[in-house]
Amino acid sequence: MDDHPTQLSAYGSILLIGVVGILLVCVTMFMAKLLAPNKPNPIKLSTYECGEETTGSSWVQFNPRFYVIALVFLLFDVELIFVFPWATVFGQSELIAADARWGWFTMIEMAIFLGILILGLVYVWVRGDLNWVKPKHKIPTVDTGIPLSAYEALNSRQYLVKDYKATEVVEEVKEETVQPKTSVGFKPRFKKPNA
Amino acid sequence: MTNLEQQLKSDGVVVAKIDDLLNWARLSSMWPMSFGIACCAIEMMGAMASTYDLDRFGVFPRPSPRQSDVMIIAGTVTFKMADRIKRLYEQMPEPRYVISMGSCSNCGGPYWQHGYHVVKGVDKIIPVDIYVQGCPPRPEALIGAFLELQKKIESEQIFQDKYFEETV
Repeated sequence: MDDHPTQLSAYGSILLIGVVGILLVCVTMFMAKLLAPNKPNPIKLSTYECGEETTGSSWVQFNPRFYVIALVFLLFDVELIFVFPWATVFGQSELIAADARWGWFTMIEMAIFLGILILGLVYVWVRGDLNWVKPKHKIPTVDTGIPLSAYEALNSRQYLVKDYKATEVVEEVKEETVQPKTSVGFKPRFKKPNA
Repeated sequence: MTNLEQQLKSDGVVVAKIDDLLNWARLSSMWPMSFGIACCAIEMMGAMASTYDLDRFGVFPRPSPRQSDVMIIAGTVTFKMADRIKRLYEQMPEPRYVISMGSCSNCGGPYWQHGYHVVKGVDKIIPVDIYVQGCPPRPEALIGAFLELQKKIESEQIFQDKYFEETV
């Protein structure tokens, strides 16, 4: 029945899905064009940068070392993706119980796979692709007639530090003067709690 | 859109004007811009988090003005921020709405008299649709604002205004 000329073949349904998909997208975009208000202005068309005014070009240079590191990282990321299904599928205890050689076989197989990749890592490492180039700071030198020994003499000189501590305490003699008692007026009195 | 829902329940078939359909779609998914200026934003976050769950109204914060419909001005609008607010508002596509949340953005709030740095109401720079009073407003008040905005959207007729505009 399936290969009857009037029936859609399996490829026919794929074609149908493709046609419907393209139509759906086109119709939706056309409807959006038809319905959506369109009021462009220079500020609206400007680049969104968290509300800030954009300055300069977006074609900023990046260090190509990011690319190398990312590529190496991706390689080992993919390796891990292979290791997980290997651990679950080939490590099944029934398979190992059926034939004792199975476990060793898969183990060695994965060891070869990892070995090739680790060899690659060693290669990249030895080549120095993982090294991050650090900037070498040039220490500025000034040509002067003053010899280094002059600075040395200044640095090694013993400076007299004035002692900040007071050597003797001067006791002030307070003269007691009798002040006439003046009335303060109201004096608050508090009840004693046990009275 | 109680009318549409009733039709759907009774017959299973809905006949609607395209404006009603548009409005129903728009008011069920009002996406605000993730944008908090001051302490009112804490209440806004509270309203969007699990306890008050604004997501049940289809309110879902977006990181870009290009995808958002609503701008919640949650906090004190300083003159420094006013430029940015204006630009972000301009970058949102129409139809766009503004909820002014809290006293500061409504009228300057506690800074209305002596705040040399505060815009006395965000409506001085962008048009505001809904004002929420409070300092800060509770999350319920913000939910109330969205319900009010739904009513406003429900009464709009984008399609009719675009193609069958009545000339008086």
